[in-house]
Amino acid sequence: MSVILETVGLEKSFDAVVAAHNINIRIHAGEVVGVIGSNGAGKTTFVNMVTGYLTPTAGQILFHREDIAGMPTREITKMGICRSFQIPQLFPELTVLDNVLIALTIARRGKRGWLRPAIDAGLTQDAMDLLARFHIEEHAHKLTTTLAQGVRKLVDIAMATVAQPRLLFLDEPTSGVSAEEKMSFMATLIDALKATDTSVLFIEHDMELIEAFAPRCIAFYEGTILADAPTSQVLENDKVREFVIGAEFHRSADDDAQNDMQKGA
Amino acid sequence: MKDFDKTEWALVIAFPVLLALMVLLPRWLVNYVQISMGMGLVALAVMIQMRAGLVSFGQGLYFCVGGYAAGMADKFLGISDIFLILILAVAASLVLSGVLGLLLRRYREIFFAMLTLAVSMILFSLLSSSHGLGSTDGFNLPQASYLGWTPTGETGTAALYVLTALLTLTSAALIHRFLRGPVGKIVEAIRENELRVEYLGTSAHASVHATYMIAAVISSIGGVLWAMSLGHVTPEMANWTTSGQFVFIVILAGTGNVIAPLVGTFVLEVLRVYAVEVSPNTWQMILGIVMLLTIVFLPKGLWSLLERASKRSLPHEHAQEQSQ
Repeated sequence: MSVILETVGLEKSFDAVVAAHNINIRIHAGEVVGVIGSNGAGKTTFVNMVTGYLTPTAGQILFHREDIAGMPTREITKMGICRSFQIPQLFPELTVLDNVLIALTIARRGKRGWLRPAIDAGLTQDAMDLLARFHIEEHAHKLTTTLAQGVRKLVDIAMATVAQPRLLFLDEPTSGVSAEEKMSFMATLIDALKATDTSVLFIEHDMELIEAFAPRCIAFYEGTILADAPTSQVLENDKVREFVIGAEFHRSADDDAQNDMQKGA
Repeated sequence: MKDFDKTEWALVIAFPVLLALMVLLPRWLVNYVQISMGMGLVALAVMIQMRAGLVSFGQGLYFCVGGYAAGMADKFLGISDIFLILILAVAASLVLSGVLGLLLRRYREIFFAMLTLAVSMILFSLLSSSHGLGSTDGFNLPQASYLGWTPTGETGTAALYVLTALLTLTSAALIHRFLRGPVGKIVEAIRENELRVEYLGTSAHASVHATYMIAAVISSIGGVLWAMSLGHVTPEMANWTTSGQFVFIVILAGTGNVIAPLVGTFVLEVLRVYAVEVSPNTWQMILGIVMLLTIVFLPKGLWSLLERASKRSLPHEHAQEQSQ
């Protein structure tokens, strides 16, 4: 698999606070990567730097070998790097369909003159198809403010995909989604994204979701990368266990194993 | 014309209606219709900026640029041809808004409102202290000529009325197209969530700048038409009270449709006439009460009454389309 994104010695400081230090990451085409780390570990700072919201203090961000560090967000989006947000960034006074239509209008604006209607039957059909891919077409005519958090998340992610990104960052896609729905939510999401052959990097606090959907995992701790390897290895890493995951995940995993043994006995 | 929507057809039909009004209405009321069309264009300019969440308290700047372009073209260049005057006014507003837009496009909410007001007041002060341009008294404009034809008396008044109607309706139709087009939709999205707009891959600043320049152009056309109708310009055109009046019109009329500010301007003009007649010393209080009642009971303006009526009479799925 070819490398589509490579960061080299990426640094970000806010005065004396070092938010990211010596971040070296390679993302390959078609890869699904999970990112873990406690609050303040530097995960979102990393995403903000790659997507142009923050300018790195030092280092390179190479996308298809072109250095994009410091470029405006919109230019990076046009190059094929998109993101969703931890708090969904929608157009609150508009319907779900209108939100997606605006996203499609922006993605395709070069093909239309200023005085030609932006929205027509073809664009509306494309928007409905996109919503159907994420199984939220039934909410098309509802205002986004009336939706459950899980649906708002899916709308946010669907909008991030309209530019047909080569690399998509998902910032805590399941935050605000109920524990019972998380697994099916991620399955819907990953299925929808697989159809686009997009590389996906998702930030997640739920280790079961990381295990289930990310073959590779990157662990952040205090602005540095603690581990970057196949997910099973990262989750077994002593430092990751101590500084990132904590005891809870292992205790529950151990409990599950013990329960299985008891059931087997 | 096969892809015209209801608003565009309404604007087409409005032209013969306006011509009929010129014949049927008393002279004083025809004057108000004509003045309302010039001012209505400026209110329309305020409205399209409001669609982006920007309230311009300085739209009088370009209203004044249009008026003074007409006056100065005659005073210094000897030009009275209205088409040449319109070209000069549009060019002046494009240059000025192109430069000022580089600064203003960075600001939102109260900062945008105050900056537009400040820039407009600079022009007001300059003109007020400029003796060569008549200072606070302003100066008179010539009778308009049309490609060498200079009608006078009733014919001249009628010719300007017809041109004003034609330009106002055409401008409104083009603005309607603009609002339905890609940049118009982006402008609407900027009001809702600018960060998302940038992350979707377009420049919010560029769209705001384009909208500001378009607003400037139609305001200057409104300024030319209004000034030529009255035959006089004064620095008051750039005063903040004039700009506030345009904001008042949009609040009264609503931002739901390009027709709303045009009708709203006429309603305000008539309201003012009757308010002065009913209460000559406190007529502003009547306008203030109307403003308060509108904000309380019709926060989306008079146009929302039409929208409500059409939604009641149409099936739910067509209601949204109808409101456009």
